[in-house]
This record gives sequence, C-alpha cells and structure tokens, in this order.
Amino acid sequence: MTAVQTIGRVFLAFLELVGQVTMFTLVAVSHCLRPPFYFRLIGRQMMEIGYYSLPVIALTTLFAGMVLALQSYTGFQRNSVGAESAIAEIVVLSITRELGPVLAGLMVAARVGSSIAAEIGTMRVTEQIDALVTLSTNPFKFLVAPRVIAGVATLPLLIVIGDIIGVFGGYIVSIYRLGFNPTLYLKTSWDKLFAEDVITGLVKAAVFGFIITLMGCYQGYNSRGGAQGVGAATINSVVSSSILILILNYLISAMFFGT
Amino acid sequence: MTAPKIRLQGVRKKFGAKVVLDGVDLDVMAGESVVIIGGSGSGKSVTLKCILGLMTPDAGEIAIDGEPVIGVGGRERERINAKIGMLFQSAALFDSLTVWENAAFGLIAGKGMSRREARPVAMEMLARVGLDAKFAMMSPADLSGGMRKRVGLARAIAIEPEILFFDEPTTGIDPIMGDIINELIVKCTEETGATALTITHDMASARKISDRIAMLYKGKIVWAGPTGEIDRADNGIVQQFINGRAEGPIEIDVRRL
Repeated sequence: MTAVQTIGRVFLAFLELVGQVTMFTLVAVSHCLRPPFYFRLIGRQMMEIGYYSLPVIALTTLFAGMVLALQSYTGFQRNSVGAESAIAEIVVLSITRELGPVLAGLMVAARVGSSIAAEIGTMRVTEQIDALVTLSTNPFKFLVAPRVIAGVATLPLLIVIGDIIGVFGGYIVSIYRLGFNPTLYLKTSWDKLFAEDVITGLVKAAVFGFIITLMGCYQGYNSRGGAQGVGAATINSVVSSSILILILNYLISAMFFGT
Repeated sequence: MTAPKIRLQGVRKKFGAKVVLDGVDLDVMAGESVVIIGGSGSGKSVTLKCILGLMTPDAGEIAIDGEPVIGVGGRERERINAKIGMLFQSAALFDSLTVWENAAFGLIAGKGMSRREARPVAMEMLARVGLDAKFAMMSPADLSGGMRKRVGLARAIAIEPEILFFDEPTTGIDPIMGDIINELIVKCTEETGATALTITHDMASARKISDRIAMLYKGKIVWAGPTGEIDRADNGIVQQFINGRAEGPIEIDVRRL
C-alpha cells in the first residue's frame, strides 16, 4: 500500500508542477502579446541576451565546426571514401540543423537562463517583486515579457551568426590542415544547403529562446527562502532548460526530417 | 457615517496546518494612523500582504473605501493598488535602477508619466525625505539602510497615495535614524493627508506615529484603542508586550533557557 501511495504522491506532485508551469507559461505569453510593451526593457534584454552572448556562441560554434571537419576526415580516411565534398556537406548540415542551435542553446541557457533566474529570484526574496505590485506594475509585464520577447527574437539571429562561424571553422581546418580546395569547399557547402536546413535551425532557436527565458523567469519568480533558494532556482533553470532543449531538439528534428 | 478606509472582517489565513490569521477584524478610518503591534510570527506581515492582494485569505472580507478587494486581479487590482503606497522593511528598492528612477518608478511604470516629467517630481520627493540632488544618480546598493528607507518612502509618496503602509519602518536601523524615519513618517502622512497602517514591534515607533494601536496575537486582534490609552489597557498580553517582559501570558514557541 505504501509503495502505491508513494507513486501516487510523486505523480500528483509532478502533475502539480506541470500545472504550475503551464499556468505560468500561459500568463507569460498573454502578457507578451498584449500592450503596453516596455520597449526600453525589451531593448536592454536583447542586448543582454543577444549581443553579450555573441563571443561565447562564436567560440562554441567555431570549435564545433573545426572538430567536426577533423573527425569526419579521420572517419573517411579509414573507410577510403572521397572526403573532400563529403566533409563540407557534413559540416554545413550538422551545424545548421543540429549543432548550431543545440550548442548555442545550451550555452545561452547557462549564461542567460541562470542570470535571469538569479536576478528575478533575488528580486523575489528582497520583496522587489512585491514592491512592483504595490506600484501598480504587473511583474509579468515588467520582468517576464521583456525577457521572453527578447529571447525569442534574438536567439535566431545568434544562431545565424553561429552557423556562419561554425561553417567557417570547418573551412579553416579543411583548407589549412587538410589541404582541400577552398573554392570547392565553399561551393559544396552552398550547394548542399537547402532552405529547410536553415529554417529548422531558426525554428529551434526561437523555441529554445522561449524555453530558456521562460524557465529562468519561472524558477526565479517562484524562488523561496533567501540566498539558498536563489541558488536552487539558478540550478533548476539551467538544468530544466538544458534538458528541454535536448528533448525538443529531437522532437523538432523528427518533425521536419522524420520521414 | 462614512465607510472605513480599510475594513478587515474575519480574515483567516493558514499555511498548511499553521493558522496565521484567525479572524482579524480591524477598521481604519480615513486620515487615521493605525499601528498593528505584535511579536514576530504573529501574522502582521501576512495581514498587509492580504490587503495588497499579494496573498489571498482563506476566509473573511477586506474592503478598501467600501469596495471588496479579495480575489480582485489584473487592471482592477492595479487601480486599487494605485491608492496605496508601501514602505517595505528592507526598502525593496530596484537595484537595477538609480535612486531617482526608483523614486519615480510609480509615476513612470504605474501611471505612464514620461521620464522627463517624472524626474522633477522624483527630485522633489527625494528632497522631502531629506535627500539632496547628489544622491539622485547613485545606485541603491551604495546607500546605507536609513538612506534606503528614505528612498523607499520617497517612492511610496510620489504616487500621492490615499493610503500608506509601513512594514517595520524602524527595523534594522539605529535608534537615531529610526526616530528620524518616524518623524518623516508623521510628516509625510500629515502633509499628504493619507491614511496610514503600520506594522511594527518597536513600541517607541508605534507610540510616535500612531493615533490608534491594535495588538495582534495568535492571529486575532486582542486589543485596540487610542495610543494614549495603551498603558492603561486592562490586558495582560498588551501589558507584557509593551513592557517587554519575558514572563507573562504570551506563549513563545521557543524553549526557555
């Protein structure tokens, strides 16, 4: 009987959590769509989420592209297949479809999601969110909506830049280390790339931007109990958004390329 | 007779099995300054949070200007809260904004005033709480506790509220600064003509700023009356509290040494 009770309790707690997150999401989305909009805050968040993440994204995708070119070459050598055109194709498709969005998403989750959770969590435990309410300002409108809008808007832009740098990383290794023909490499990359590859990457980016900012806001908004609570909120925001990114990445890939 | 500015009737709130408010009845008339005294954990903060809509009571009625406010949300709640200014215990200043932006917050974000219009008003409010222009561009993090409370007060009075709430206004600052804050509170409530509701456990502060005192104990108002009569109150709980004695009818949840 106790085993059943335990399972039941865990299951009910899980349902409660899902319900809470869903409610939070619905309220957040409704505030993202309805005026008034705090454009000054949206702008500031776009700088924070987008612009300041550029160096991290650039480094991540650059090295991902480089190591991808290097390792696929090893693989092709062992199987004695014509490597030159295949590597360009592997790099460009892997980066735009999967690695660009996922790696950038994870890096932004670590950098931005954690900072959102810590900032809003601290505002919660120092009564700043209560103060917003007493000043007739809706915390969702003022804190959550600008971050979510900025996340959804800037992550696709970041990914486009990340994709280009990733392909460039593959190019550097292929040309300077493996001695391929630069013109042929670029031409193959361009020819093998279809619009849908880029579009899936951008859809993923927008979804990830939504997940990262929403999870950061949710965890921060619901943090309890001082410094420790804020720490827990920060961890939870990074862990939950990272896991959701990986799961949703698979689902979106399966949806677009499933057949 | 006009409706009280704030009326609480039978307000109950419990967290899990712990009953925090057990039927609070309190009327605050317009222009009056009422102080709720009570020990730590007696439900003082919860009472304020219930009036502000930050928490929803389990039972009872709360009315502001005769208008029921429990369960009211969205725009209606914003309209009601626009009547209320609150000074938080730790001031709760927005640390991403400068001092003047904090003071102007209710005007810009709440009332939609432009920054250009709001700035002189904010500067005037800061001057009223004794902060000159050199503080305007500072970050709240660079201010002392007493200064932060002043900025918090400036932010609360800037929206010209009809009601002012003070949450432990003297806690965490030295006695002299505490008295300065008390005087500011008296001055600001008199100047604005606002109704004031304060919660505190500092008796010196309570005597100074109140017209009437209500004692909250175990989730109920056990005594309420004019400030001048509290010393003659025929109530063991009140007498123990205002004289700060360890022995008496008040049950404390900790083991005595």
